Amino acid sequence: MKLYHIALFLVCSLLFVKVTAQNDKMAKVKGGVFLPLYGTADQLVKVDPFLMDVYPVTNEEYLKFVKENPKWKKSNVISLFADKSYLNKWENDVTYSGLANAPITSVSWFAAKKYCECQGKRLPTVDEWEFAAMANEDVPDARRIESYNQYILSWYETPKTYVNPIGESYKNYYGIYDLHGLVWEWTQDFNTVLISGESRKDQDKDSNLFCGSAAIGASDLMNYAAFMRYAFRGSMKARYSSQNLGFRCVKDIEE
Amino acid sequence: MTINFKKKNVVKLLLGFGAAAFLTGCVNDQSSKTYENALDIPVSQEMVAELTDPPFVPTPVGKRKAKKLIVDLEIQEREGEMVNGVKYVYWTFGGTVPGSFIRTRVGDEIEFKLKNHPDNKLPHNIDLHAVNGPGGGAESSFVAPGHEKIFSFKTLNPGLYVYHCATAPVGMHIANGMYGLILVEPEGGLEPVDREYYIMQGDFYTEGKYGERGLQAFDMQKAIDEKADYVVFNGHVGAMTGDNALTAKVGETIRLFVGNGGPNLVSSFHVIGEIFDRVHVEGGDLINDNVQTTLIPAGGAAIVEFKVDVPGSFILVDHSIFRAFNKGALAVLNVEGEENEKVFAGEIYEGIYLPEGSVIQSMPSLGKKDDKKEEVKALSFEEKMKFGKDKYMATCVACHQANGQGIEGAFPPLANADYLNADVDRAIDIVLNGKSGEITVNGKKYNSVMTAQALSDEDVANVMTYVYNSWGNNKTDVTPEMVKAVRNR
Repeated sequence: MKLYHIALFLVCSLLFVKVTAQNDKMAKVKGGVFLPLYGTADQLVKVDPFLMDVYPVTNEEYLKFVKENPKWKKSNVISLFADKSYLNKWENDVTYSGLANAPITSVSWFAAKKYCECQGKRLPTVDEWEFAAMANEDVPDARRIESYNQYILSWYETPKTYVNPIGESYKNYYGIYDLHGLVWEWTQDFNTVLISGESRKDQDKDSNLFCGSAAIGASDLMNYAAFMRYAFRGSMKARYSSQNLGFRCVKDIEE
Repeated sequence: MTINFKKKNVVKLLLGFGAAAFLTGCVNDQSSKTYENALDIPVSQEMVAELTDPPFVPTPVGKRKAKKLIVDLEIQEREGEMVNGVKYVYWTFGGTVPGSFIRTRVGDEIEFKLKNHPDNKLPHNIDLHAVNGPGGGAESSFVAPGHEKIFSFKTLNPGLYVYHCATAPVGMHIANGMYGLILVEPEGGLEPVDREYYIMQGDFYTEGKYGERGLQAFDMQKAIDEKADYVVFNGHVGAMTGDNALTAKVGETIRLFVGNGGPNLVSSFHVIGEIFDRVHVEGGDLINDNVQTTLIPAGGAAIVEFKVDVPGSFILVDHSIFRAFNKGALAVLNVEGEENEKVFAGEIYEGIYLPEGSVIQSMPSLGKKDDKKEEVKALSFEEKMKFGKDKYMATCVACHQANGQGIEGAFPPLANADYLNADVDRAIDIVLNGKSGEITVNGKKYNSVMTAQALSDEDVANVMTYVYNSWGNNKTDVTPEMVKAVRNR
């Protein structure tokens, strides 16, 4: 909580600038290797440098997108690409609910993917997203810091954060906001790490899917937070939407 | 002659057929046929299951045949109150902790519809211990927010079973309240009793310690360390005390369906002043008679039955007793009716409270000055009363009861109490330093122990002002300065 307040205080002074500023700002995430939740203890994953949207996509930005791409209007969308929950709080095709600068939610993976493509961008991979989201304000990998984990766990438990405006959580090491504290975010390959729903079985050492079960101890808290994200991703299908699920885009860095 | 004879034969033959048909009818009648294997029990008709909030249970199955039973359960993540002034975000099956009670009979085919409310943040699922199948249904019921899943199973083993969420991180889902009970009654149902209730214990882990005000987040580290701040029956402190106490009449037989959701602690379930006549040990077929305290494992259950012979307030506790008086694991059963002096002649009190003898017990960290957190100070008399009431409900109510009436023979009353009103400094001293030995309150003798309370001057002033300004007492306004003066004596 303390972290949140400090972040809020810092953010407040910048708020005017931010609300009026264009939201297509991107920040550079210099890549590296990291140990994700899945895999075994020695399976490091390499992430190449990339640019990431500083904020999740907002209601207002998404409205612009559906106006320019009528195929993705609520009444036009093909059910193969989005189920009935798509934009379900929108009064009609051109009226969103909530704040203009609140994150867009209730969009399917297909819609999010299309949106990013229209901006000349793409959805982040799970590895890219997780890599960028390891950072707190000060360090690129804060996963062993208790306050970082407590912050994540407590927002997972706070209802209705999707109504909040973007940019109110902390600015991380790379200058990116809201990876934690606002909404879940779609990733390009969200369903490649399969959580079957029987999560105790998934933790079985034999399945080799997660090293979490073998690593009880200091890393436990960090695993708990990550497990919830992977569990959420595993419960989704590409045509599903969720009230608490938004997205942001990334771009490769051209050499 | 011959014709007549033949006629008779035909009649006999027909009678024979009729009897045979009748007999076959009997054999086919499900109520009189017992099946070796519950799997072979046929189902007839469809029925929507009645689901109830704790502490109530649905109508017994009685003699009904096995049916296709539709269970429709909605998962809600919602804020609730742990104890007065303390908020907590619970994750629930059906909006309550524990979740809705599901009542079935052996051979039922359950069509289970699990809905995850669109406002929820997390995926969930359900593992029912009554299911024979991988994950107890967990894998088949894994459901994203704003979606629903349907799966089905047949109840094969009679008994009382726990159900819970099994989505990663499993411990956290259970710690936030995702558990409940499903009863599978045997053929013909459990023997009828006068009253049935549903009670489930759970341990909770919060950032702030017991009673710390405001919205309290789940504390993963405490959960891993198994250091519970709250151990409660039915989701929060006082769920079954005061106006919400369970009720019964003298002479009735009570059946309690008692579960333990955990996530960590094992319950030593006990009713003060009652002996369980029958316990279905661990919720199964084994019956144990005349039991004082029954052990209920985390993720387990028991059915306890007892006849209440005398009137009074019977206190249900986890006999790991600090949990009862300091963490909330306490409920009350109020029994009304005629006294029976043969059974209970009075002037005896339940002695569980001072097993080590009548030495004043004090708690560490009494009035420490280096408390890191600054406490919220009451700014007005109204606020003082409010904070005082919250503290009373969190700390004092277990013994002195919701309206200060106490429990005759054990805990002296505070309502309209001569002993209290006679001397405010003496009363402050008792709260600060405890009290043991015989005292007389409103003409009745009490010989009990009150422990010293580890409360700040502010807290003591609030709670005592609340007590003095309630239930016909003399309206003394106790200030922190008065408390301080007594403390420094």
